[in-house]
Amino acid sequence: MTVALIGYILILLALCIGFCTIGRGSRGTRYAVLGSVAGAIGLGGLFVAAGSGPQSPRLHDAGLALFAVGVLANFYLLKRYFDEVEGDRHVSALRRRAAGRATKNMVALAIILVGAGTVGFHFLSPWWWTPIASNWGYVDDTIIVTFWITGVVFVAIVLFMAYCVFRYWHRDDRRAAYEPENKKLEWWLTGLTAVGVAGMLTPGLFVWNQFVTVPEDATEVEVLARQWEFAFRLPGKDGVLGTSDARNITPENPFGLNRSDPRGHDDVLIEGAELHLPINKPVKVLLRSIDVLHNFYVPEFRAKMDMVPGMITYYWFTPTRTGTFDALCFELCGIGHYAMRVKVVVEDDGKYQAWLTQQPTFARMLAQAAE
Amino acid sequence: MNLLQQLREKPWLPSPGPVVALRDGSTFYLPAATLGLRVFFAVITVVFSLLITAYGTRMAFEDWRPAPQLGLLWFNTIMLLLASAGMQWARWAARRGDRDNLAIGLLGGGICTIAFLAGQLQAWRQLEMVPTFDVMSPAIGFFYLITGLHGLHMVGGMVAWGRAAVKLWRGLDVMRLRLSVELCASYWHFLLVVWLVLFALLFSGNDNLQAILVFCGIR
Amino acid sequence: MAYFIPTAPEDVPPAELGEVELYHAHSWITRWVFCQDAKVIAIQYSLTALAIGMVALVLSWLMRLQLGFPEAFDFIDAQAYYQFITMHGMIMVIYLLTALFLGGFGNYLIPLMVGARDMVFPYVNMLSYWIYLLAVLVLVSSFFVPGGPTGAGWTLYPPQAILSGTPGGAEWGIIIMLASLALFIIGFTMGGLNYVVTVLQARTRGMTLMRMPLTVWGIFVATILALLAFPALFVAAVMMGFDKLLGTSFFMPAIVEMGAQLKYGGGSPILFQHLFWFFGHPEVYIVALPAFGIVSDLISVHARRNIFGYRMMVWAIVIIGGLSFIVWAHHMYVSGMHPYFGFFFATTTLIIAVPTALKVYNWVLTLWRGNIHLTVPMLFAIGFIITFVNGGITGLFLGNAVVDVPLSDTMFVVAHFHMVMGVAPILVIMGAIYHWFPLMTGRMYDDRLGKVHFWITFLGAYAIFLPLHYLGLLGVPRRYFEMGETSFIPPSAATLNEFVTVMALIVGFSQLVFIFNLVWSTFWGKAAERNPWKATTLEWQTPEMPPGHGNFGDRLPIVYRWAYAYGIPGAPQDYLPQNVPPDLARVDELPEEEKRHKAAAGGHA
Repeated sequence: MTVALIGYILILLALCIGFCTIGRGSRGTRYAVLGSVAGAIGLGGLFVAAGSGPQSPRLHDAGLALFAVGVLANFYLLKRYFDEVEGDRHVSALRRRAAGRATKNMVALAIILVGAGTVGFHFLSPWWWTPIASNWGYVDDTIIVTFWITGVVFVAIVLFMAYCVFRYWHRDDRRAAYEPENKKLEWWLTGLTAVGVAGMLTPGLFVWNQFVTVPEDATEVEVLARQWEFAFRLPGKDGVLGTSDARNITPENPFGLNRSDPRGHDDVLIEGAELHLPINKPVKVLLRSIDVLHNFYVPEFRAKMDMVPGMITYYWFTPTRTGTFDALCFELCGIGHYAMRVKVVVEDDGKYQAWLTQQPTFARMLAQAAE
Repeated sequence: MNLLQQLREKPWLPSPGPVVALRDGSTFYLPAATLGLRVFFAVITVVFSLLITAYGTRMAFEDWRPAPQLGLLWFNTIMLLLASAGMQWARWAARRGDRDNLAIGLLGGGICTIAFLAGQLQAWRQLEMVPTFDVMSPAIGFFYLITGLHGLHMVGGMVAWGRAAVKLWRGLDVMRLRLSVELCASYWHFLLVVWLVLFALLFSGNDNLQAILVFCGIR
Repeated sequence: MAYFIPTAPEDVPPAELGEVELYHAHSWITRWVFCQDAKVIAIQYSLTALAIGMVALVLSWLMRLQLGFPEAFDFIDAQAYYQFITMHGMIMVIYLLTALFLGGFGNYLIPLMVGARDMVFPYVNMLSYWIYLLAVLVLVSSFFVPGGPTGAGWTLYPPQAILSGTPGGAEWGIIIMLASLALFIIGFTMGGLNYVVTVLQARTRGMTLMRMPLTVWGIFVATILALLAFPALFVAAVMMGFDKLLGTSFFMPAIVEMGAQLKYGGGSPILFQHLFWFFGHPEVYIVALPAFGIVSDLISVHARRNIFGYRMMVWAIVIIGGLSFIVWAHHMYVSGMHPYFGFFFATTTLIIAVPTALKVYNWVLTLWRGNIHLTVPMLFAIGFIITFVNGGITGLFLGNAVVDVPLSDTMFVVAHFHMVMGVAPILVIMGAIYHWFPLMTGRMYDDRLGKVHFWITFLGAYAIFLPLHYLGLLGVPRRYFEMGETSFIPPSAATLNEFVTVMALIVGFSQLVFIFNLVWSTFWGKAAERNPWKATTLEWQTPEMPPGHGNFGDRLPIVYRWAYAYGIPGAPQDYLPQNVPPDLARVDELPEEEKRHKAAAGGHA
């Protein structure tokens, strides 16, 4: 909270300074500053209201009232400022010229600052992707390549634009160069862009090819989604998942397994609990939904795919790090979408086998239901 | 100048011919309304192409059952053919300035169109009577959707037809009617072609569409 | 400053066809309400779009408040939140941006810029607006029906859009949404036919295709895209309506909802996604191309320099328009469609970056060696370039299939499309409003307030959306009502969210400065001089300002040159309006190089 508070104070301070700079040298500055202070107080009221929570309704209301008053005062003062400025028309040509030059420098500087701020934020901010826990390091590498190529272009364009504003700001005694087109320059730029694009696309397509090609030895794991939870099905002793159909779903048979399919009877069914996976073994995740679109995504694994009712989708990965990870639904699936999550545990093979033997099979569930 | 040449012009150079060419303000030698109608044809074409594509995609699923065949659709097709012919008759008459034949063509075309629309409604009812009727069956859903949309376009055409008919009845000069009749005729021909394609691919058994899909290597 | 009063020289042949019959209003109602004059229709379109846009702005605050300060506001529950995001997205994309660019700017600028008296089908044009208004009213009505508006997300993906787990899915919300969309498309098609045919057939004499300003090119190609893309949305909406109302199963497979088997079976949800994005991707360019066109003109006019590489700019618009129809499935890499489509669509998507990048280079190269006036429209144009480049390059991330896998459906996507088709086009809209404000009202806006508005909007919006990219990289999903406890998201992300919310409020409120400036200046602003920007295009050369009924007085203008005759060497001024005859301009317009070339060839120029 204190960090946030310091942040707000900084923002408000910046706003005040901004208003002062803009209003510098004109008669209305006073009102501009007062206006920004009023706006700041109003915002402070909003924070108070937001921070108060349901326990203290009086503080909540007071904060909102302060907010309203602040905004109104802000607009009144801005209007006064505006009136003052309106009376400020008769400035000498020389002063206008000087003010213009200052504007030019400020604009060029602002453009550079936006570019520098973007790059600085990229490198300095603490928000970056979570450490990877699967074999998809190539995906991260492709992102890094893309960041570099596009970043260079971004910086180049921004700096060049700042230079243009600085260098070619208008003078009455000068005219722009008349040059309808420059085929050579344009073809060069097209060619360079094409090279850059190819530099991103080529690794992208290679990795995509890996992503869609499932290795032969991958174990199948089925994730079944319904509003708003995940369930899992693992192949039993025979190593094969039985067939299923949404039409078969009943309270006793929540996965809709085909009772006449013997391969399904030893399938391991996990409902309302976490999924365990053995480390360093490729997994083919079969995705199934019985109501609406869902998505099963563990950010540490970097791989996701939608679940579509009526069809079975898939992706594959190899877990490379033990730990407990959050799996979230990543496709809007209705009002409970944000709460649809489950945990995935990656562990070594011994622990995994121990866990696996404790899980119920389809045959056992049917037997329980029959009792 | 054709379009591609126009697009390659270097506009900053002085124009090669006279200072201002007479017609370089319009791209095609067409009345605006005709061009507007043609653009509209493009829009309708997209609508029905998408529907046919969706139909073809759906056909790939193994639970596909074709919609029941209705003999009535052959009758409707003939009606629409006649309607289109009537409109063409009216168009020729309008070009000659022949008022009587224009009236015959327009009226005949209109009556046949109404017969077509009535026939389509009847087809909807017949389909409901079929014992295997199931609204969940995609083929049947598509039948209602596509014939409905086509019929709506036909009804829209009838509004334009009605306006032309009223003008004729009020005794407006044939020459001033000519553009309306031309546009009506084009519209009818276009919707006839659309219907023939729909009929051939979707509503007379799915063999033709199947054959095309196989031919394109999709199936 | 001398103002050119063009007169037609005698050797120009009279128009081949008689002047079109011009619509004349006979009463107050037909002059201001049921009016067929494109300029009035344009203002009606714009005001309606801006009004509904304000609703969307407030909705965005509400959801930002929830994201920044979860659980602080009782009236925002999950249901309301999902309704807010849906309505915000739909209103912004369709009812604000599409309507404002094509219905607003298209109607106002096309006839004026190509030298026509009005649109070719004024009556249809009027109908178009009233159907649009009806669509907006139908949309708004969904806030007041049982169950409220739909909360299916602006993509309206079935099956959830029409099931009871989604707000408005089992009640009226989704039906009203689909009906409103269908109405919008019908209305738009009427207007769109007008814009296309007017550009093709009703240009004044001398206005060849390549002499048109890029604004017209952008709006023209965008309209063609819209005419061909909206049918896909129409078809999808009608089919989903059938599924909901009649129980057909176009998009609905066998579904078990909350333990109960539903009476659906055999449909394909992916088919809807294909139809939706066949519309949805061109839609991005329906918004972007007019912005491209308008910003080209803003830069050229205020930098006093001919747009660099005009022909390449036109071709790029056309090529982007064409390519935009074969990239749609890049929205669907993780949708479960056949994975091999990924190769094709990643390639086409990244190819489209080339003409787009070329446009950016040409804008910047127009500034280069220009004579730049830092007016408010120019500032907005610069802001557009920065935000568009930023949003464009993040598009290269998401278009590359494998990079899209971890980033799709995260805040990265939200940040990307807000930057590229939210902030960037809206900056253009604002710049364009400032640019043409003197023409529309005959008065100047207040420059200082305009600049205040620009800096807060541009820097604020940038500060909103830049950090969101990094939340997306963290793995923060979009469309989450509450993040809850998640191991991969540090608590500092919540602080960042608070910061973004505060910025959103500031930027939102600063729009009141804009509105105040417009309203105040409309009535009490300083009277604008004729052609205050010294622009060459025809809309500034009308005999009256604001342009009167019929736009051009007694005689239509005749066009002698392209729209970018700025800074021609040897000309008396640094600009030559399109309709000034060459003998008045007293300049041989050939650049030196061309002159030498002609002389060497014994040319007859």
